[in-house]
Amino acid sequence: MISRFLLQNMDKRGYAFLAIVAAIGILVPLLNLAVPAGSPLHVPTSTMSLWGKYLCYALLAISLDLVWGYCGILSLGHGAFFALGGYAMGMYLMRQIGSRGTYGNPILPDFMVFLNWQELPWYWYGFSSFPFAMLMVLLAPGLLAFIFGWFAFRSRVTGVYLSIITQALTYALLLAFFRNDMGFGGNNGLTDFKDILGFNVQAQATRAALFSMTCVMLIAGFLIARGIVVSKLGKVVIAIRDAESRTRFLGYRVDRFKLFVFTVSACMAGVAGALYVPQVGIINPSEFAPANSIETVIWVAVGGRGTLVGAALGAVVVNYAKTVFTSGFMAPYWLFALGALFVFVTIFMPKGILGTAQQLWEKRRKPAPTATPEPAPAE
Amino acid sequence: MNASNPGALTSSLLYLDGVSVSFDGFKAIRGLSLTIEPGEMRAIIGPNGAGKTTMMDIITGKTKPDVGTVMFGGSIDLTKLDEAAIANLGIGRKFQKPTVFDFHTIEDNILLALKAPRSVAKTLFWKTAAAQAKRIDDILGIIKLGDARDRLAGSLSHGQKQWLEIGMLLAQDPKLLLVDEPAAGMTDGETAETAVLLKEIAKDHSVIVVEHDMGFIRELGVKVTVLHEGSVLAEGPLDVVSANERVVEVYLGR
Amino acid sequence: MRIVSCLLRMIALATLLALQPGVASAQGADEAFTRLGADSFSDTNRAIELLIVNAHPQAAAIIEALAAGRLLAGAGAVVIKTTDGKILDARTGSALAAEPAGLAPVRLNNGVRRTIQGALGGLGLLNPDPAKRISAAEAVFKSRDVALLPVLEGAIAKETDAKAKAALRQAQAAILVAKSDAPPFDRIAAIDVLRERGDQDALATLRSLPADSSPALKEAQGRAVSAIEGKLALWRAGQNLWYGLSLGSVLLLAAIGLAITFGVMGVINMAHGEMVMLGAYTTFIVQEVIRTRFPGLFDYSLLIAVPLAFMVAGLVGIAIERGVIRFLYGRPLETLLATWGISLILQQAVRTAFGPTNREVGAPNFMSGAVEIGQLAITWNRLWIIVFAGLVFAALLAILKLTPIGLQMRAVTQNRRMASAMGIRTGRVDALTFGLGSGVAGLAGVALSQIDNVSPNLGQSYIIDSFMVVVFGGVGNLWGTLISAMTLGVANKLLEPYAGAVLGKIALLVFIILFIQKRPRGLFALKGRAVEA
Repeated sequence: MISRFLLQNMDKRGYAFLAIVAAIGILVPLLNLAVPAGSPLHVPTSTMSLWGKYLCYALLAISLDLVWGYCGILSLGHGAFFALGGYAMGMYLMRQIGSRGTYGNPILPDFMVFLNWQELPWYWYGFSSFPFAMLMVLLAPGLLAFIFGWFAFRSRVTGVYLSIITQALTYALLLAFFRNDMGFGGNNGLTDFKDILGFNVQAQATRAALFSMTCVMLIAGFLIARGIVVSKLGKVVIAIRDAESRTRFLGYRVDRFKLFVFTVSACMAGVAGALYVPQVGIINPSEFAPANSIETVIWVAVGGRGTLVGAALGAVVVNYAKTVFTSGFMAPYWLFALGALFVFVTIFMPKGILGTAQQLWEKRRKPAPTATPEPAPAE
Repeated sequence: MNASNPGALTSSLLYLDGVSVSFDGFKAIRGLSLTIEPGEMRAIIGPNGAGKTTMMDIITGKTKPDVGTVMFGGSIDLTKLDEAAIANLGIGRKFQKPTVFDFHTIEDNILLALKAPRSVAKTLFWKTAAAQAKRIDDILGIIKLGDARDRLAGSLSHGQKQWLEIGMLLAQDPKLLLVDEPAAGMTDGETAETAVLLKEIAKDHSVIVVEHDMGFIRELGVKVTVLHEGSVLAEGPLDVVSANERVVEVYLGR
Repeated sequence: MRIVSCLLRMIALATLLALQPGVASAQGADEAFTRLGADSFSDTNRAIELLIVNAHPQAAAIIEALAAGRLLAGAGAVVIKTTDGKILDARTGSALAAEPAGLAPVRLNNGVRRTIQGALGGLGLLNPDPAKRISAAEAVFKSRDVALLPVLEGAIAKETDAKAKAALRQAQAAILVAKSDAPPFDRIAAIDVLRERGDQDALATLRSLPADSSPALKEAQGRAVSAIEGKLALWRAGQNLWYGLSLGSVLLLAAIGLAITFGVMGVINMAHGEMVMLGAYTTFIVQEVIRTRFPGLFDYSLLIAVPLAFMVAGLVGIAIERGVIRFLYGRPLETLLATWGISLILQQAVRTAFGPTNREVGAPNFMSGAVEIGQLAITWNRLWIIVFAGLVFAALLAILKLTPIGLQMRAVTQNRRMASAMGIRTGRVDALTFGLGSGVAGLAGVALSQIDNVSPNLGQSYIIDSFMVVVFGGVGNLWGTLISAMTLGVANKLLEPYAGAVLGKIALLVFIILFIQKRPRGLFALKGRAVEA
């Protein structure tokens, strides 16, 4: 009965999530564009962009929850996939600047002119086309995840070891993207964007459209992740999380299932990054910093891993708190708060906000009907 | 892919010869040889450290032997395959410590084990057909967990988990079942029922049972192999084996 | 350039003359002082020449004062202002009671500076102090000025100090090699002298052999060049190896504590880097106290800091284990997150207490400076850190092998449940292990304070490298950590000349990522059934 109940409950939660995101996706741009600036109902463009950023993080969190919450792979390098998607979008936006850059070169972005480069590197070819760039938003992180995962899962690197090498992966990329000769703008990254699909990225209407697009992608990402999770494949993946070797003895090729989930998740993170860049206006190597990836993990933990909705919730809650904290006199204490959050959540709230709330609610309804299993081991 | 394969090197379903494996200098298995015929049920006994579990690890691909031959169905070299491939050949395994998927319902546990394509795409777009649903119902009936099908497996008692695992083996419909201590931690009544269940299964499957419980072995009434220090000490009916002086010495002598 | 070399020729000549007493004229010297007072660059140049031509006894003091801007002139007087503020008469060197009015420093331009340099070179070759003569010879070796050849020859004839004589000969050889009109025999001998010297400068000098030299000369030069190049390549490899060992010992210090906690508890302690940082800040505080209270003890500051850093970091480690980690047993990934949180808190705490900027930690006398062995430059601080890393490693090995707590730690590493069943209080072992691992990180902090910036981010910059060392080396074997640290350190430094620092590091990271695929549990992993249980 519990399973049916849980599933139903999940669906309700899912519908609620979908309804809220859809409502935000429609209402916020409307309140921004149609309501005059003086009105109390008006949503300023800056607020909209800020929340657009939160929603990108929410998508990133859902992608991480897919691998960590359901498959038990604690990736400390998901920021790398996010950043790669962001760079793919950034490269498109750079090409759109055309001859409007400081140096007025119609083909080369400013930083290449500055470095005295004579022609566009081959890996920049095609990025002037939007469809190609969008393909790369999926392919660049997806391919990296596929290659990395193909090696790692086949040789059964698990647990802490896997976490550490995902961290090494994003660290190596951080170092690489800092180099000027890589051709991605080095330290400064890509910025000073002008147009997206012919619309000015700074314009209010474009911002509103980007915001709505983020909501659409968040819904799509959630539905895909949920579809995977509730399918039989999802059951296999959870089985892998809880008893990997048992799953193998049932005849499932554990490495392929992990690889599938990991790659899908990386593509999703890439999309989040691609939506993030035009709304924030810059992408630079600091997005690869290992600390960013670990922060993403804490969003998922705070919201409740293995719930998808919780991951998105956690991303928004933590980032909203961060904005509030770091903009006031409390700014120097943000790192204390964040650090304490890591400790508190892992010790006292292993199921996160959503899991804990659900537990409390269940207890109220039926006081302990059957023994529930112990929380899943992390490995 | 089956015993009547013309290229078969042996008519046995499972054929182990001269298998040895060591961990950091400790020889867990030394020169083990064993054959299981199609349709046979075999009991394996032996004191702790005799190499029973390691032997199962070798058959199921978890451990690779240092030397020796491990053939399945006459012509398939198991030492070259991994766990999933071996499982898909039709070798199922029940672990000593019952391992079921605690966060799945009992029904889902059986569904995961059910004989069906194991590829990523096929599982992603899986729809349970009527025949498969019926098969699941049947198995749940056999292992007497039909009423509990929607409960999480983690909430089952130890004995129930053992049965669920046997049910999962049934769902896999393997040619050969490796069953490690199925009666451990069970009440006498449950033990007897388990013996009946295994005998039922043995009618159309080959089975290897590892067990400590002599009463249980007696109830099964099958050929017994005694392992000691990684190799076969004696083989035969239980009465003959238990009269063997060396067996008595190993079990009682120290 | 012609003018300068012409000037130098004159100076050389003058110096030669100076070797023969009695030629000097008082008149010339007077003219020099008049010209110094004239406040024109060309007059100043001429004045320097005159001082040397006339071998004025105060020439060296005057030219040095001029170079340092402490030569004042005007109103017929020329005086030297010493560094401690005394006023000397430039002519006689005797002290004056008061500074004459209307004096201004004699100004310099680049032309004058060049003249001064040449003059000092010529003067230096005849300096009574052998060390000064050697450095003057070095200067001539580099400038290779033909004009100084006669001075050199004179100096060599007079020279009694063996080292100084060798330096002078090398300077002479450097000039002769490039001098086409010198006797061929002398030039070949000069090539031999340079080959003997065998360093980068000798190589550059040999390459300056004019293209129109005779075949015999060219052949000799070719052989000398390749001999030196071979030798230099060896030295370079040696130097890189040394850098590698030095980096390896730093990695070893940073990682070995992590290896212990990871080995025993299966936990990656993300706050490990912050334990290193605490050790470094402990060193800073010890030095501050010593500086303000007991300045005489400064040379012992590190010795005092070592046990304190161990205790501070160790106690913080035990507090973390008792306060957080023990609630997370069997959940290594959650532990990883919680310790990351602790690392954020510790960083911010230190930032609040000591500020975000780098703190200055000084080096005691025995750790500053360098020693040169052939072409190897070995700095004392690096050498001591290698020694220190070796001592720490040996001590840890002894603790693990010889003490009861070490035995218990090894037991828990190999089989926690069994150890617990045998009456080992695994909780206590965990706390002590964590304390020990953290304490060792504190020791690493003392060492790192000598070669790196002491800032709140110190730990962050080592943590990933430390993980790599541990993961590469494998668990449960300190030797694995040692070999891993040294391998990675040396590989890093050997790659650097070819790939550059950043690409070299990326290459190593990729290598480790691939290596883990081959051996998922590191170089020296425990094997058997117990590991997977």
